[in-house]
Amino acid sequence: MKNIFLLAVVLLVSTSAFAQKKNAKVSFEVDGVCMMCKQRIEKAALKTKGVKYAKWDVNTHELSLIIDERKTNTEVVKKTIAGVGHDTKDFKAPKEAYDNLHECCKYRDEQVKEDHKKPKK
Amino acid sequence: MKNKFLISICLLIPSMFFAQQALIGTIKDKNNPKKNSGIFGANVYWLHTSVGVTTDQKGEFKIPYKKEYQKLVISFVGYKSDTITVNSLTPVRHYLTESNTLEEVAVSAKKSSTQRSYLQTQNLVTINSDELLKAACCNLSESFETNPSIDVNFSDALTGTKQIQMLGLTSPYLLITQENIPSIRGAAQVFGLTFTPGTWVESIQITKGAGSVVNGFESISGQINTELVKPSTNHKFYLNVYGAVGGRLELNTHFNQKVSEKWQTGLYVHGNYRGEKFDKNNDNFLDNPLAEQINVMNRWQYTNAEKGWVSFINFRYLDDSKQVGEINFNPEVDKGSSTVWGSEIKTKRFDTSLKIGYVFPEMPFQNMGFQADYSNHKQDSYFGLRDYNIQHQSFYSNFIFSSIIGDTRNKFKTGVSFTYDKYEEFVSTVMNPNFDRKENSIGTFFEYAYDNADNLSVTAGLRLDHHNLLGTFVTPRLHMRYVPWGRGVLRASVGRGKRSANIFAENQQLFASSRAIIIENAGGNIYGLDPEVAWNYGVSFLQGYKFFGRKGDVTFDFYQTNFSNQVVVDWENPQEISFYNLEGKSIANSFQVEMNQNIIPYFNTRFSYKFYDVSADYKSGNLAKALQAKHRFFANVSYETKKEESDASWKFDVTYNWIGEQRLPNTNNQLPKYSDSYNLLNTQITKVFSKKFEVYAGAENITNYKQKNPILGSDNPFGANFDTTIIYAPVFGSNFYAGLRFKID
Repeated sequence: MKNIFLLAVVLLVSTSAFAQKKNAKVSFEVDGVCMMCKQRIEKAALKTKGVKYAKWDVNTHELSLIIDERKTNTEVVKKTIAGVGHDTKDFKAPKEAYDNLHECCKYRDEQVKEDHKKPKK
Repeated sequence: MKNKFLISICLLIPSMFFAQQALIGTIKDKNNPKKNSGIFGANVYWLHTSVGVTTDQKGEFKIPYKKEYQKLVISFVGYKSDTITVNSLTPVRHYLTESNTLEEVAVSAKKSSTQRSYLQTQNLVTINSDELLKAACCNLSESFETNPSIDVNFSDALTGTKQIQMLGLTSPYLLITQENIPSIRGAAQVFGLTFTPGTWVESIQITKGAGSVVNGFESISGQINTELVKPSTNHKFYLNVYGAVGGRLELNTHFNQKVSEKWQTGLYVHGNYRGEKFDKNNDNFLDNPLAEQINVMNRWQYTNAEKGWVSFINFRYLDDSKQVGEINFNPEVDKGSSTVWGSEIKTKRFDTSLKIGYVFPEMPFQNMGFQADYSNHKQDSYFGLRDYNIQHQSFYSNFIFSSIIGDTRNKFKTGVSFTYDKYEEFVSTVMNPNFDRKENSIGTFFEYAYDNADNLSVTAGLRLDHHNLLGTFVTPRLHMRYVPWGRGVLRASVGRGKRSANIFAENQQLFASSRAIIIENAGGNIYGLDPEVAWNYGVSFLQGYKFFGRKGDVTFDFYQTNFSNQVVVDWENPQEISFYNLEGKSIANSFQVEMNQNIIPYFNTRFSYKFYDVSADYKSGNLAKALQAKHRFFANVSYETKKEESDASWKFDVTYNWIGEQRLPNTNNQLPKYSDSYNLLNTQITKVFSKKFEVYAGAENITNYKQKNPILGSDNPFGANFDTTIIYAPVFGSNFYAGLRFKID
């Protein structure tokens, strides 16, 4: 009996902790280097059903999202973003997608990274 | 055995090493530092690594540390991300600032002083304060001298008031707003631009073609919005003194003060004075008016970024007086006399406005705004023996809600607006001298904006208004932007506008002539005339490029305004001015090509050619619009020396205008059919000594070009041929000025 009660409490707590919010703020890192990447990442994120707002910071590489948790979750968004060629911690972009990127966006290449670090005129 | 031992040691050492090396810290909200709990769920990570953690409920974090890690990034949705440098393991205590979406919209980027937008759906040019400083003087009507999209004309030979034109149409066909509240309209139409001091202007946004439906139905050829300086961003103290050889003195002072955590206030005082009499062309008339103006504005700004509220409250009072006419006219003695001709124009205006903006804290894409404005504009004036008095009281309010449909690619704005205008107008020398009327309208609008986050965006707006004199009508507006290739932007727009013409207020120059006023009453609601209705169509193409590694862009604009009804202002009979409803066609075509080119760093050039074909069906047949140059050429060159450490630099600026021949109205052969073309050259030099202090000097109309015969019949101002309205070139000739700016932050 006691066990069942405990279980119920645990279930209740966990569901309330994971309540699905209509406007949930989430953010994670997405690899990329330039403004073209920014456009591609944000576009891919927005095209994911349930993503309402997407902003990628070119300096910090952080993608800030507002999502409808009833319709999507970060895993789905990460997968979509990997699909257009950008890595996240959990999903690496497939080779074909990465190879399709514009030369300037090859963020895995140290040389390209260096080029973008140069101060802008 | 020994090996195993070694390996275990090797494994142990780094893990111990890591175990010790961890950085701890707390992340808090800058606007709420006393609140004990920090920001929960903020991301903390080392730049260019995958090492990251999130803060706990107290805002605390613990993150592994290595010597190579130096930059720690802290970010949270709705806050500005910060990157801090870490050199030791001292616990970090960092405050994040909430990013304020409302402010971001209002303040334009300061990269280039004039910016043609690549991203906006509408054909928008932003002029920021740096560009405004290129021509030192003095009020809004003079702020467009370095911008080719706007042409500056002279309204009459007496006041020398500069009137602006866009797409070949004068300012009544533009919607001029101040922080998105319609401001220069009705009675303020002709002199209104001179009532906003230049130093009060933070930036100007010029939209060509049909504007947005959000701001009303009146705009026909475009929209000009001015953002005024704000207590939160303007200098703590600012002083601008200007003096010209032409006898004009101007003084501007700004005081901005933080009152409390959330309230800021600013007091802005402007005064100008011209007391010297000049008659360089010996026509016995003053070349420039004697003038005095006091203009005071008080602004209150409320910002509560945490809760998402921003608000502005404005109070403004203006007292302006001008005296023009014969050089020895003394108003105290000669007012009402029929021997010495003179005129006085006295304007008093009170304005108050309120703006409230709210951004939903959890949803940066959703916000609400409310604007309300009340103004009372009173002009008392006489021109020789003609009196003209107008009082215009106006109330305006607009509520806007904007949000998204699904995601931020689909946005919308919707709302309700209400306007009330009460005019009391008196015109002597016509049969029924009182023209009083009341106008009110209530309207609702919906604007949908689609942006595929890539190369296509469309804004479609529709509004429905019920107006007591204009009836119930629909105003559609459509804008489109398409990027066919890199740095190329194609835009198109179409829209309808409708307005009631204030025939006297907009054509005040007519009073300083002997012309008889004729209104051909057609039984309409406004002066017996019908409202003006026009469609505007436009296409524009912008291409950015690099030429020998130097940035440049070129823009082609073509716009057409097609009136289905217009109040025709007919100057073709030299003894009369008549107003009647358009019968037939009235079309304004404009073509502009503009090129901006950077030559070497800090050396920029701008060239533009403009072609206008503006014609209407008058009683006497189809004629090109009088006093409108078909061809115009514009060039601007600016150079700045590199800033020294003390911020000292030099700035040089030269503007050249060529104005082609203009058709003159019929003057019984007193003037030729066409005016000569002419050149205007202006220049300014600014010496910046430090962030605090700079001086400037400049020259206008260096080649000293003057219209030979600005006042017809000046020898007999009470005779039948007296006319001051036919002005195609400057009256005054060259002018030299100098001034200083002093600021404390």
